Amino acid sequence: MIGTLESKVPSGPLASKWSGYKDHARLVSPANRRKLEVIVVGSGLAGGAAAATLGEQGYHVKCFCFQDSPRRAHSIAAQGGINAAKNYQNDGDSVFRLFYDTIKGGDFRSREANVYRLAEVSNLIIDQCVEQGVPFAREYGGLLANRSFGGAQVSRTFYARGQTGQQLLLGAYQSLCRQIDAKTVSMFPHTEMLDLVLVEGHAKGIITRNLVSGKIEVHAADAVVLATGGYGNVFYLSTNARGSNVTATYRAYKKGALFGNPCYTQIHPTCIPVSGQFQSKLTLMSESLRNDGRVWVPAKKGDQRAPSEIPDTERDYYLERKYPSYGNLAPRDISSRSAKEACDDGRGVGPDGRGVFLDFADAIGRLGEKTIRERYGNLFDIYEKITGEDAYKQPMRIYPAVHYTMGGLWVDYNLMSNVPGLHVIGEANFSDHGANRLGASALMQGLADGYFVLPYTLPTYLAGQIGKRPAVDHPAFRQAETEVRARIQKMVNVYGTRTVDSFHRELGLLMWDKCGMARNASGLREALGRIPALREEFWGNVRIPGTGEEYNQSLERAGRVADYLEFAELMCIDALERDESCGGHFREEHQTPEGEALRNDEKFAAVFAWEFQGNGAIETPRLHREALSFESVELAQRSYK
Amino acid sequence: MNFNLRVWRQKTGEGKGGLVDYKATDVSPHTSFLEMLDVVNERLAEKGEEPIAFESDCREGICGTCSLTIDGEAHGPDHPGAACQLYMRRFKDGATITVEPFRARAFGVVKDLVVDRGALDRIVQAGGFVSARSGSAPEANSILVPKHDADLAMEAAACIGCGACAAACPNASAMLFTSAKVSHLALLPQGRPERTERVLRMVAQMDAEGFGNCTNTYECEAVCPAEISASFIAKLNREYAMATLRKRAGE
Repeated sequence: MIGTLESKVPSGPLASKWSGYKDHARLVSPANRRKLEVIVVGSGLAGGAAAATLGEQGYHVKCFCFQDSPRRAHSIAAQGGINAAKNYQNDGDSVFRLFYDTIKGGDFRSREANVYRLAEVSNLIIDQCVEQGVPFAREYGGLLANRSFGGAQVSRTFYARGQTGQQLLLGAYQSLCRQIDAKTVSMFPHTEMLDLVLVEGHAKGIITRNLVSGKIEVHAADAVVLATGGYGNVFYLSTNARGSNVTATYRAYKKGALFGNPCYTQIHPTCIPVSGQFQSKLTLMSESLRNDGRVWVPAKKGDQRAPSEIPDTERDYYLERKYPSYGNLAPRDISSRSAKEACDDGRGVGPDGRGVFLDFADAIGRLGEKTIRERYGNLFDIYEKITGEDAYKQPMRIYPAVHYTMGGLWVDYNLMSNVPGLHVIGEANFSDHGANRLGASALMQGLADGYFVLPYTLPTYLAGQIGKRPAVDHPAFRQAETEVRARIQKMVNVYGTRTVDSFHRELGLLMWDKCGMARNASGLREALGRIPALREEFWGNVRIPGTGEEYNQSLERAGRVADYLEFAELMCIDALERDESCGGHFREEHQTPEGEALRNDEKFAAVFAWEFQGNGAIETPRLHREALSFESVELAQRSYK
Repeated sequence: MNFNLRVWRQKTGEGKGGLVDYKATDVSPHTSFLEMLDVVNERLAEKGEEPIAFESDCREGICGTCSLTIDGEAHGPDHPGAACQLYMRRFKDGATITVEPFRARAFGVVKDLVVDRGALDRIVQAGGFVSARSGSAPEANSILVPKHDADLAMEAAACIGCGACAAACPNASAMLFTSAKVSHLALLPQGRPERTERVLRMVAQMDAEGFGNCTNTYECEAVCPAEISASFIAKLNREYAMATLRKRAGE
């Protein structure tokens, strides 16, 4: 049983909370660090940065990733950039402004102190990455270049062409490699975490499966850090990598960690539309394209003319019309919903009418094709590869797609969950983006947590844990291992008639339909009725060829889909309980006359953190609320008009 | 569209493998090559046969996970691009397509089309980094980097680490991969203090992993999905020569 949720936010004025915390936080001496082991699951921006930094500090780190190399974590696919409050452009930026934009962008559903800390350390991240050799874009004088990004009126985004995530991840990966070389970090690639082990209520280890040999292994440590990313693949089609999954965080949830705001999902406005039933994933076109591209649909319904034949007067540049001050740079949730509205209204473009134009003709006319090619060349190339269309000559077609999940395991100011010792960083936690994340903030948060926050907060836990690491033959490990083996065997033994992917596709469609860009109570109730039946069919009829004792990709996917089939229910329960609209969570029952999200601050200015109930069987989870109080910002109706 | 596939099947790394014929029928030209394989696998699984093992993750050409040799070319015929960015419209209807794993001495087969590329990680571990401890960095704009140098460093840093260069090279050389990292870091002021040790260690590791040497066939550059230029190999050779001289001079 869990008591009241304590956010453990330090007292004092907002701007000095973090420095005050660091001044008084408990430390672990270098001699003791050598005696402590930390497990880091995931090697993306958050996990890679944390593992490398903890290794540098002298801890023994074991880092795990399911990919064949830590360099392949999905952070690598982030395109656009990373925010920082450097104010290099002298356009009025500041730490407070970045904080304010982030908390407003999140529709006032995140914790003030965490967001302020994020804005505060943002500048250190840029320093750190430049020192690692990240080749950020530069001006001719040799200074760092910036660009603007959705949801902001200043240019604070640092970028490396359209491959910022790749370059930042490789920076973290190289730091990780340095520690592997120094033998402070042991790397376990091709290894998936299948359970969390608690000893006397503390997270003290994990159970893993070696994906090549199928071997089940146990690992004990003094603390466990989950950096396992988001759960966007619950929708089957998303911009996430094929392997991205909820398993690690969901397993921790089943062991008692609270899951915060699972219904907060970000639908990215600029993705390539779906083209066929066998499509395996959706591809994002960086939001930076909206700096120069203009979004429009035909003003008339069912206008089938080629875009070049539609004169300007018969086009509806709907973002510029509805949001004159932000125009095409309106935040993601608003842009996505506007695209859906236009398509629902019968004005969508492309083969099935689920698309809108992103047009570069004006920008090419103003700046020349060469400049546009320099800025976005690789994105135009990706677009042409996938669609076979040349976006220099005709507008791109785009449509929203699931991209990021703001929800995640609940953590306090220390980034520790309610389970002592279990820390959660990056997209895997719920913390900094509220109900909607701004562009170029995911990279910022992942690296902030990994390089500059966790390395200060983790020692406050570890300082009291010296000499308490259990041996791997402790009964808790044996029991967890037995359960993991039994679950795999049970899944393989079903040997029914339906493939794993067919279940995943069906679940994804249901979730997209009922718990996607817009939700309502009756749809959510319908989904809650259908998910258990699908889950039951899975456990009675899934077919997994091969065995558990070998390289078996069907089995890997089955384990993840089995967790999604439970997790989807939690998402819908949360979406139903949150009877308001906020950010990416749009409840159709709650909107302004203009169709904007209508919050209910009196009842819902809170984090919803869910506690797993039941012993094996799934029961309705128990809700815990962390009230959000705002001392430094006024809760305003978000306006980008 | 319909295709005849000849796919390399190999149960484990130790066992022997061979080409097995499959049919891919009713494929839309807008399907990606990997999605076509997904469909083949779905049908195999429905029949109770073991699906073809192949790895992929981002499916947008940036993570470097996919590692297929298609009709004898690393990543297939549509360069530059990774196998995941290859679409069936690129093939003729009715074509026979041979699919094998990346072949190089240093890349052992794990299963079917999956190979072990841990050797590339170990090359980076041998100095392919800047020793920049978290929290120790100076203000980012305190060291100016000419745009030209930053752009060139970015071109080298764009490597996705897939290993196609080694798979395409008749000598199974990883020079393009290694040269990209050496060049990226040597071109930036932050990478210069360690440039001597870095290039010597990385080249030694490359050799120890069993990669061959470069004989200027440029096959690597031709298949590289990230368009890494073979001129970086020349830079690697210069860096290596300078480092050797510096070492000999007792630096």
